[in-house]
Amino acid sequence: MAILITEETRVVVQGMTGRIGQFHTQEMIEAGTKVVAGVTPGKGGTSVLNRPQFDTMREAVEATGADASLLFVPPPMAADAMMEAAEAGIRTAVCVTDGLPAQDMMKVKRFLRRYPREKKMRLIGPNCAGIISPGKGFMGIMPPHIYTPGRVGIVGRSGTLGYEAASQMSALGIGVSSSIGIGGDPINGSSFRDILKLFENDPETDAVIMIGEIGGPQEAEAAAYVRDHMSKPVAAYVAGLSAPKGRKMGHAGAIISAFGESAQEKVEILQEAGITVAPNPSLMGETVARILDMKEAA
Amino acid sequence: MDIHEHQAKDILAQFGVPVPKGGLAFSPEQAAHRAREIGLPCVVKAQIHSGGRGEAGGVKLCKTEAEVRDYAADLLGRTLVTKQTGASGKTVHRLWVEDATDIAQEIYLGFVLDRKSERIMIVASGHGGMEIEDLAHEDPDSLVRMVIDPATGLVEFQARELAFRLGLKGKQIGQMVTTLRACYRAYRDLDAMMVEINPLAITGEGDLVALDAKMSFDTNALFRRPQVAALRDPAQEDAREAMAADHGLAYVGLDGDIGCIINGAGLAMATMDMIKLAGGEPANFLDIGGGASPDRVVTAFRTVLTDPNVSVILVNIFAGINRCDWIAKGVVQAYKEVGLTIPVVVRLSGTNVTEGRAILDQADVPIITAGTLAEAAEAAVAARPQPVAAE
Repeated sequence: MAILITEETRVVVQGMTGRIGQFHTQEMIEAGTKVVAGVTPGKGGTSVLNRPQFDTMREAVEATGADASLLFVPPPMAADAMMEAAEAGIRTAVCVTDGLPAQDMMKVKRFLRRYPREKKMRLIGPNCAGIISPGKGFMGIMPPHIYTPGRVGIVGRSGTLGYEAASQMSALGIGVSSSIGIGGDPINGSSFRDILKLFENDPETDAVIMIGEIGGPQEAEAAAYVRDHMSKPVAAYVAGLSAPKGRKMGHAGAIISAFGESAQEKVEILQEAGITVAPNPSLMGETVARILDMKEAA
Repeated sequence: MDIHEHQAKDILAQFGVPVPKGGLAFSPEQAAHRAREIGLPCVVKAQIHSGGRGEAGGVKLCKTEAEVRDYAADLLGRTLVTKQTGASGKTVHRLWVEDATDIAQEIYLGFVLDRKSERIMIVASGHGGMEIEDLAHEDPDSLVRMVIDPATGLVEFQARELAFRLGLKGKQIGQMVTTLRACYRAYRDLDAMMVEINPLAITGEGDLVALDAKMSFDTNALFRRPQVAALRDPAQEDAREAMAADHGLAYVGLDGDIGCIINGAGLAMATMDMIKLAGGEPANFLDIGGGASPDRVVTAFRTVLTDPNVSVILVNIFAGINRCDWIAKGVVQAYKEVGLTIPVVVRLSGTNVTEGRAILDQADVPIITAGTLAEAAEAAVAARPQPVAAE
């Protein structure tokens, strides 16, 4: 079953007509993802990669039955595109775009609250690598060949550090059920806790590795969730042990600005919640192997 | 993006925040002229992008024009080291001369993006004057927090309630409501990330006035705020970080000697952690971003090499949206164009890795290659010039 994307997911790409959108859509199609349409205002009626293009999300969803959307929309228009997807009835949207104004995300999150829980769109990102269920399909910019299909979930802020974890796991013969990049921005659509909840309820996931970094309260929230509600073993790594306070490390959200936001403090909070923390980033794969062994022994 | 105190005061005053009368000066003569316009005594304040200026000797109450002139002459061109600037400090190029205020009480007022509620939050305290970090540590009970719903904005009763909770009275209530709503509108309408008035003083006559003001802005929103972008002062920015940003690179200078060129913020931080564990110290954080061309890789080398402490360079790439062949071409090109004399460790993984490794193998350059993250960090630490043992 995996989470958020399976071979059944019908994907529309917002911004498929652009160079980057087209390149990654091609990769997604080659990996077996069911891409059914594209939306670019003004390009309706044309065809790209043999997929029909529409002017609006509403038309695309009505014509193709799409239930997921991937956004390659430039920052000034990205928030608007997310809200259009939500209103069109999309269930899962993934926004790759980096550089959204923080207040635009504030507005999007406020907008999403107008829908009742069963109709509310799940947003992943922005500023993320996307989501993949190896062997089933993916929405994003990751290199799909580094993932082995399997039963461990990955959730992380950073795209490239997620690749690093997946390849270390592949080298040890450990496969992935789904890998979800939640993005490096201070306000994002889904938090670690949101994704951990989906993995906990996924019968095809046995264990999870969570890859955090400095800044923000989401790792601590996730730790509380793991402690109180998760039956599956969780491994973790937190990047930025050597990051100085008050300096933004690339990601808009990666800045230590409050108590509990440094890597060391987050590691302690995670360990107290019973999470097995990888002592360094080259041991993410081995740490996953360890929690799987512990699960088997139990 | 940070701006100067005088710019923040100017903006906030336009939105309705009460500020003292003041004027800008770029020379001692101009400072004396401002003092004449405003009246004595006055306060002369160094304008640099940093807090803690008072403790660093950058603020002075002056009673005579001669005092203003002498202090201005002393301050202009001087580099101030505050607890926020780091050891290199920041150079004073302009002064703000302001009417001296009779202070009865100091209030702290801050507007920040609260990542927990994902909304704008007001933080205030009746015991202002000190830094918020110290305030949170020494007098946490005095802090009042209030989250603002973006759909309605700051509602008047909320502002009033906050004023009462800070112990304000009489005409101060109305003044506080005006100040709070002005700050909120400035934050919202200009895409700020932080607005801080510290202190917001209560004068001897019982009126509120903003004695210091700080604003920083969301760089992602500058495309729609040209009036804010125009306030940028490159003289206050780290030259290397600014140059890197102009080339699409995220660079942060650090104290070590291992230069880093990496793709992705998370992997960059993880690589720095790995270097530290292997016994080394990173000289910088550098994220080359996605879809990096060979030219951008060369620029990354140039940027890292502007730091004279760098004795080894570690290139760690896990390509998704990037391509290892382009990175490899960039590394080879850097050898030709930049004249590299220090060891370079390269680890490539992901998209087009075979092509990338082939380019490195065929080029006649003395690169140290590594297969994994751990190997790369260890190789970089081992490649540093060994200090001569002092016995």
